Amino acid sequence: MLLIPCPYCGPREETEFSYGGEAHIERPKQPEALGDEAWADYLFMTGNTKGVFLERWVHSHGCRRWFNAARDTLTNEVLAVYEMGGKPPKLEKRSYV
Amino acid sequence: MKSRYSIFSLLRNALSYHEGWPEAWRSPEPKPSYDVVIVGGGGHGLATAYYLAKEHGITNVAVIERGWLGGGNTGRNTTIVRSNYLWDESAHLYEHSLKLWEGLTRELNYNVMFSQRGVMNLAHSQHDLRELGRRIAANRLNGVDSEFLTPRQVKQFCPIIDLREGGRYPVLGASLQRRGGTARHDAIAWGYARAADALGVDIIQECPVEGFRIEKGRVRAVETAKGTIEAGKVALAVAGHSSVLAELAGFRLPIVCHPLQALVSEPVKPVIDCVVMSNAVHAYISQSDKGDLVIGAGVDRYIGYSQRGGLPVTEETLAAICELFPLFRRMRMMRCWGGTVDTCPDASPIVSKTPVEGMYINGGWGTGGFKSTPGSGWVYAHTIAHDEPHPLNAAFKLDRFTTGYLIDEHGAAAVAH
Ligand SMILES: Cc1cc2nc3c(=O)[nH]c(=O)nc-3n(C[C@H](O)[C@H](O)[C@H](O)COP(=O)(O)OP(=O)(O)OC[C@H]3O[C@@H](n4cnc5c(N)ncnc54)[C@H](O)[C@@H]3O)c2cc1C
Ligand SMILES: [Zn+2]
Repeated sequence: MLLIPCPYCGPREETEFSYGGEAHIERPKQPEALGDEAWADYLFMTGNTKGVFLERWVHSHGCRRWFNAARDTLTNEVLAVYEMGGKPPKLEKRSYV
Repeated sequence: MKSRYSIFSLLRNALSYHEGWPEAWRSPEPKPSYDVVIVGGGGHGLATAYYLAKEHGITNVAVIERGWLGGGNTGRNTTIVRSNYLWDESAHLYEHSLKLWEGLTRELNYNVMFSQRGVMNLAHSQHDLRELGRRIAANRLNGVDSEFLTPRQVKQFCPIIDLREGGRYPVLGASLQRRGGTARHDAIAWGYARAADALGVDIIQECPVEGFRIEKGRVRAVETAKGTIEAGKVALAVAGHSSVLAELAGFRLPIVCHPLQALVSEPVKPVIDCVVMSNAVHAYISQSDKGDLVIGAGVDRYIGYSQRGGLPVTEETLAAICELFPLFRRMRMMRCWGGTVDTCPDASPIVSKTPVEGMYINGGWGTGGFKSTPGSGWVYAHTIAHDEPHPLNAAFKLDRFTTGYLIDEHGAAAVAH
């Protein structure tokens, strides 16, 4: 089980959180101008990184606030947490084949 | 030509204490170039190699595996085999696979221990019941055997299930596919490997593919730990690593990877002779020939490549198992493990050409691609040989996410494994 450091409450067990998937996906500014390919990209071609992944969590059974996390998806280390809308911290790139 | 396995070879080798068995496949050094390089030595990659050689006469083929054969999801799954999928496209593909399973031990001269013991899917609510009825009807229209069981028939079919009133998960009915069942996970990898090797395919283990050489939009070679290998065509069959390799080749996939866990108990005498699945409570159970209960859990929600999952997930599954089968409450679990499952948004696979010429993808089978191993290899081999999908996998294209022609097996009840 993951131990996730909520930026507001501190480290808590994974079961207190819900997962929100990839972070920093921007909604299309002009949806009506979007072609099929761009829609497919936005809706389906999401990140699936083996390495450091920026993702969203919500502390459902705690403060109920959303936040972003940078987690290594291979080792499960949570390398950083930061607020919604915040810029991702500078981290050493890790990628694995 | 390799010697065939038979009762006589078994007896002969028994005389020498089974120390004289020949290797099941060679382990050659890679040649500088192949007509087809298959990346990934799981069941799907090995089956593809076999059908390329057998059905299409393409034998200058290498299967390149980073670790050992079947060390990915093939060797980690709960081996449920069935074909009772909702949509026409899926039903035809999985049914084709099931038919191949039915003759596979003989065809490969390798006991894949395919046991058609029947797969039962439980309904716990009115909604489940309606979905079940719809799926059974759809299955029958597609020529897939599927029948409805009343609670009483459920009890007859699987006497150890607890159907007393007031249970937490009341059983209102079930679907049954009698031709469904289980098989031996490793055997499918080893059987295809041995048969492909006998037809001239090179199987290369402990050799990760680390990149591709792509010129003018066409793949020319794969870069591996054992050097560059030129390839006329490159076929990906890497399941949990589909996105990683697609990125190396410069395209994206609609796949996300989750940890999926399974566990086995201590071995006991035969107690359950069918497969019971319950989607609503994420519990799947059967008993192996060795006697251990084989139990499948749900996925961990987050993206993960760690090949292990969280205990709360298995706990939830075991709670449901104990509720449905109170006699298992005192069983001890011996081992649990995880795989990395490659899931698509519509819970259907991708067996397709890619934006890179000469490169093909077979992936996104997610939590349920063991059953499809023979069929998947069969249609993938066709796709590679003809540079065009077979009608059976034509709908499972990568561009369905652009056209919107999704094959939504997600809500379609019996999904999961
Ligand atoms: C716990 C669990 C339970 C499951 N239960 C069922 C079930 O009951 N029924 C069912 O039908 N399905 C089930 N599945 C799903 C099923 O296991 C998979 O869909 C299927 O085995 C996939 O086979 P494959 O050959 O595509 O993948 P794998 O067996 O994973 O093979 C892919 C191979 O590619 C190799 N590879 C990866 N990257 C590279 C690289 N860079 N270079 C070279 N090689 C590479 C890997 O090492 C691996 O051996 C389950 C899965 C899990 C994890
Ligand atoms: Zn909190």
